[in-house]
Amino acid sequence: MNEDLDMLEQSALNDYKYGFVTNIDTDTIPKGLNEGVITLISKKKNEPDWMLAWRLKAYAYWLKLEEPNWANIKHPPISYQDIIYYAAPKQKEQLSSLDEVDPELLKTFEKLGISLNEQKRLTGVAVDVVMDSVSIATSFKEQLSEIGVIFCSISEAIQKHPELVKKYLGSVVPMTDNYFAALNAAVFTDGSFCYIPKGVRCPMELSTYFRINAENSGQFERTLIIAEEGSYMSYLEGCTAPMRDENQLHAAVVELIAMEKAEIKYSTVQNWYPGDKEGNGGIYNFVTKRGICQGDYAKISWTQVETGSAITWKYPSVILKGDYSIGEFYSVAFTNHHQQADTGTKMIHLGKHTRSRIVAKGISAGQSQNSYRGLVRTAKGAINARNYSQCDSLLLGDKCGAHTFPYIEVKNKTAIIEHEATTSKIGEDQLFYCRQRGIDGEAAVALIVNGFAKEVMNQLPMEFAIEAQKLLAISMEGSVG
Amino acid sequence: MMLSIKNIHANIEGKAILKGINLDIKAGEVHAIMGPNGSGKSTLAAVLAGREEYEVTEGTISFLDKNLLDLSIEDRARAGLFLAFQYPVEIPGVSTTNFIKAAVNEKRKYNGQEPLDALAFLKVMKEKMAMVEIDQSLLSRSINEGFSGGEKKRNEIFQMAMLEPKLAILDETDSGLDIDALRIVANGINQLRNEHRAILLITHYQRLLDYIQPDYVHVLYNGRIVKSGSKELALELEEKGYDFITDETDLTAKA
Repeated sequence: MNEDLDMLEQSALNDYKYGFVTNIDTDTIPKGLNEGVITLISKKKNEPDWMLAWRLKAYAYWLKLEEPNWANIKHPPISYQDIIYYAAPKQKEQLSSLDEVDPELLKTFEKLGISLNEQKRLTGVAVDVVMDSVSIATSFKEQLSEIGVIFCSISEAIQKHPELVKKYLGSVVPMTDNYFAALNAAVFTDGSFCYIPKGVRCPMELSTYFRINAENSGQFERTLIIAEEGSYMSYLEGCTAPMRDENQLHAAVVELIAMEKAEIKYSTVQNWYPGDKEGNGGIYNFVTKRGICQGDYAKISWTQVETGSAITWKYPSVILKGDYSIGEFYSVAFTNHHQQADTGTKMIHLGKHTRSRIVAKGISAGQSQNSYRGLVRTAKGAINARNYSQCDSLLLGDKCGAHTFPYIEVKNKTAIIEHEATTSKIGEDQLFYCRQRGIDGEAAVALIVNGFAKEVMNQLPMEFAIEAQKLLAISMEGSVG
Repeated sequence: MMLSIKNIHANIEGKAILKGINLDIKAGEVHAIMGPNGSGKSTLAAVLAGREEYEVTEGTISFLDKNLLDLSIEDRARAGLFLAFQYPVEIPGVSTTNFIKAAVNEKRKYNGQEPLDALAFLKVMKEKMAMVEIDQSLLSRSINEGFSGGEKKRNEIFQMAMLEPKLAILDETDSGLDIDALRIVANGINQLRNEHRAILLITHYQRLLDYIQPDYVHVLYNGRIVKSGSKELALELEEKGYDFITDETDLTAKA
């Protein structure tokens, strides 16, 4: 009876443009998880003893834990013994320059729109690319090191900067934090490491591109970012994976440390394979991200555009320890077909006069479920802490769900906490209005959704904002007829 | 003939609302459709614009020699049919300027014209803004978000000015306006009146017609046009109320 509604309900094939597989020899270890596997991973990476000891301790702890079940997501039990914990594209050891990277890999990343060739890059973005379990290459390393910025894979950092890694690894997200963080601590294989020295404003965006390629493997990466006093850095991450019928696990940990007056801006465009329209396959994206404003006047800002993954479980958080420190969280989560997202943030106010701001926009289409879950806590000593939260949900069609779970714990009378939430449907009226002006249904939905997400999109660095907008448009393809 | 409506019947959720409407409108003419609440005025506007909740069960409509009922909502708009909404919707985060630019360029594309670039668009916009007395600041805000009733209606007329329709249907544009706002809106509409354009004014009250002189007035009652006449008919309605027509019609129906 009603074409508009049908248009919204019809969920045609979602064109996932990154679903190809790279044919490359991969060095994999057998499936399964035990102390032997962890020792093997550590050995393959030529790690010092303290690192292996840390991993084994995490593993022992993980064995005692149970998978969390409080999130608003459903999935069959994950068989941790059926996962391959190490898969690395075979290539020459120790690349001295990017020219030595396997051309097949370079082609893969060109196809993904990531150029590893420094000469070809016009924009000031340095990139570390991680395929399956290892970092393939990092660009602009030398230029950055001239000003004291360390940007490399975490494996390299463990070798070359053990004192920094030892000091900060697990300092924000302890191995005992949660089930997936413990698992990650035991089996993490690579990730990025950034260190910005005192007073340095990092002149280019640092970014990591994560790619899962191998079958039956999981990706467990770890990112550690340290911004010393008065420094500034902007970090971007992106990710994709091939289309496969089985689910693949991605359990990452990200730790950010901002010292006095330092600022870290962390942006994510998450586009893991979401599964097909019937809900088969796709990545389980179970990630722990947390930053600490260690010093006074520090600032950490998370921006995320989440369009991929079969299931997303992720709460980028900020611990506001320094007085006058600031935490921000800007999020757009788009779910289509059978995707499930349970995402949000935690703002933990410890210091005086700390401020946090949360802007979360959930867009649900198809038969997807999209939840915002957030915690704002002000400790006893957090005098004059302020928080503003805004959670808006937009529903496309009437078979999807939007949920909001805000938790507020206030232990200080001077705190001011504001929370606003709205849920709306793309109305028949809005669509009709646009179409009456000559704008067709699909363009109208794109217009409305982009308008809805604008406040968050505006937070992204320019190059990323354009990519994210395109991505949102692609993800929406097929959510309208 | 610009618009020719022949024996249109339309239902919503199985309930008959329009029960045989006949109406011809030529370019340059202004027709007013009046009638009591629930007579089918807004339904007629919605059917012409192509709103899908309404099912046309009988009759034909031709618009510029095309079968209007065959065209999609957006193609009707692109071909030159404009509806000024009684309740313009809010679209948060979408700037009014960008929205209108998208609409203008969709229409140009349909008519085989190149899209307007930003500069050309701004130039046209400036002209039309003056015509309908709308403020620039309103246009950089999200569509209708937080607009007053008067601002919303003015924005509708501004969009009409920008889209230069062949046929403009104004659905109760006067409702909810104070006298000053009414004067500004009416003045805008009068500016847009010309020999190439037809206007269909839908209104409950005579007062709009003090400002916009129609060529014809039709009274819609119970899904039919029961009386047509010149603008004097509107004055007679104002004086005697709708009862004098509706009673007559009901009596005739019973007889």
